[in-house]
Amino acid sequence: MTVPTTLRYTAHDEWVRQEGDLLVIGITHFAQDALGDIVHVELPEVGDTFAAGAAVAEVESTKATAEIYTPVSGEIVEINEALDGAEELVNQDPYAGGWMFKIRPSDSAGLDSLMDPAAYATKIGA
Amino acid sequence: MAKRTPLFDRHVAAGARIVEFGGFDMPVWYSSLVDEHRCVRQAVGLFDVSHMGEIRVRGPGAIAALEWLVSNTVTDMAHGQARYALLCNDRGGVVDDLIVYRVSDDDFLVCVNASNREKDFAWFVANNPRTDATITDEGDLWGQIAIQGPASELVLASLTPSDLATIAYYHHAPGTVAGIEGCIIARTGYTGSPGFEVFVPADQASALWDALMKAGEPHGIKPIGLGARDTLRMEARMPLYGHELSDDISPTMAKLTRVCKFEKPGSFLGAAAILARKEAGTDTKVLAGALIDGKRVVRDGTRVLKDGVDVGWVTSGTRSPILEKGICMLYVEAGLDAPGTVLQFDLRGSLETGTVVSGAFVKKSAA
Repeated sequence: MTVPTTLRYTAHDEWVRQEGDLLVIGITHFAQDALGDIVHVELPEVGDTFAAGAAVAEVESTKATAEIYTPVSGEIVEINEALDGAEELVNQDPYAGGWMFKIRPSDSAGLDSLMDPAAYATKIGA
Repeated sequence: MAKRTPLFDRHVAAGARIVEFGGFDMPVWYSSLVDEHRCVRQAVGLFDVSHMGEIRVRGPGAIAALEWLVSNTVTDMAHGQARYALLCNDRGGVVDDLIVYRVSDDDFLVCVNASNREKDFAWFVANNPRTDATITDEGDLWGQIAIQGPASELVLASLTPSDLATIAYYHHAPGTVAGIEGCIIARTGYTGSPGFEVFVPADQASALWDALMKAGEPHGIKPIGLGARDTLRMEARMPLYGHELSDDISPTMAKLTRVCKFEKPGSFLGAAAILARKEAGTDTKVLAGALIDGKRVVRDGTRVLKDGVDVGWVTSGTRSPILEKGICMLYVEAGLDAPGTVLQFDLRGSLETGTVVSGAFVKKSAA
């Protein structure tokens, strides 16, 4: 199971990509593999604000529900609307087409807790 | 460490994701739960159900012992018949649900849930009223393979000299399958699609699995994990012990009194407690099924409300791969189980609505 080297990771198996002053967040290959077939992604609304560590989205597979947490406080500026009706993107393309939301951090607290690819690979035993 | 069935190596070789269930390391899916589910509804699938327990009841007192131990009647069963029944405790709850297979006059095989194997065997032994009935745990002697789906009969027929047409629904016959003697071929299942369950001597289970996979190849056979087994039984609205049934839930609540023969001579263990609960009116909740309106998935434990008031809880829920809608089974206040009743489901603080429906979510004829 390869872990992309350009991303950072949370303890809950989310990946985080810096895009200008925004963070793009999705779930890792490891996470989608554990959940199985994704049948629905419940996304927040653009403009919603969350505190670091809050549950922002939900991923539903046929077997289980997983909450997706934001590692930073901030405002949702974009959601991946393509996932409505094409939930399988999370299974098939978790690091690109399966992204979930973009958040504008209100401060940098929380970024320090992210894992680098090597640490994440160790965590999942890759 | 969890136990393994005789087919564990087959699952690993097929790339299954393994989870612990009922004390066994079992395949939850091989590649895609949804693909496996649809394969059973449209073609044929193979399930390792060797984790299920088998209890043998034999001897001149076997009938009398079973009549006391299980809720349904056994005296009137024909040789080769199978019957669904409950084991009931003295609180009006359910120890397990099971299938009794009558092999001969005084020989019965009882198939019980994996998670209850030890509990049930101890229960049978402790409550056996007859010294002339011998109760044996045969769980490790048998492998069990379910072949389910519209093409299941074609595939199985190609491997056995037995005339499967003579085995009616909820009946069984001894037979040879893929050259393996000592099998029991039963037309039973837990999917809501047509099919069979084959009991096979444990040391021959791998050979039978390989033969069935090969014979099923032209029909698109796939191995099916426990994940799809669960979603298939939910669509068929079959109860699962630990969800719709438990030591505290009564057959009255589960709407299973049709398999409780209170009037049989001597009645049965637990009958008095079930009737006492009914009389006292303490069983106010009943089992129902509901279709969910939105796309979020309602699951075991979800609170159910009616106009803001707590009225029950969900026992099983998923998104139906066939209907592509959320479905669930739930316990609700009696009266709110009427078809058409609109209920709310509390999903971590936000409410989804659903509507009570009767019968299986996916009907067998439509399978």
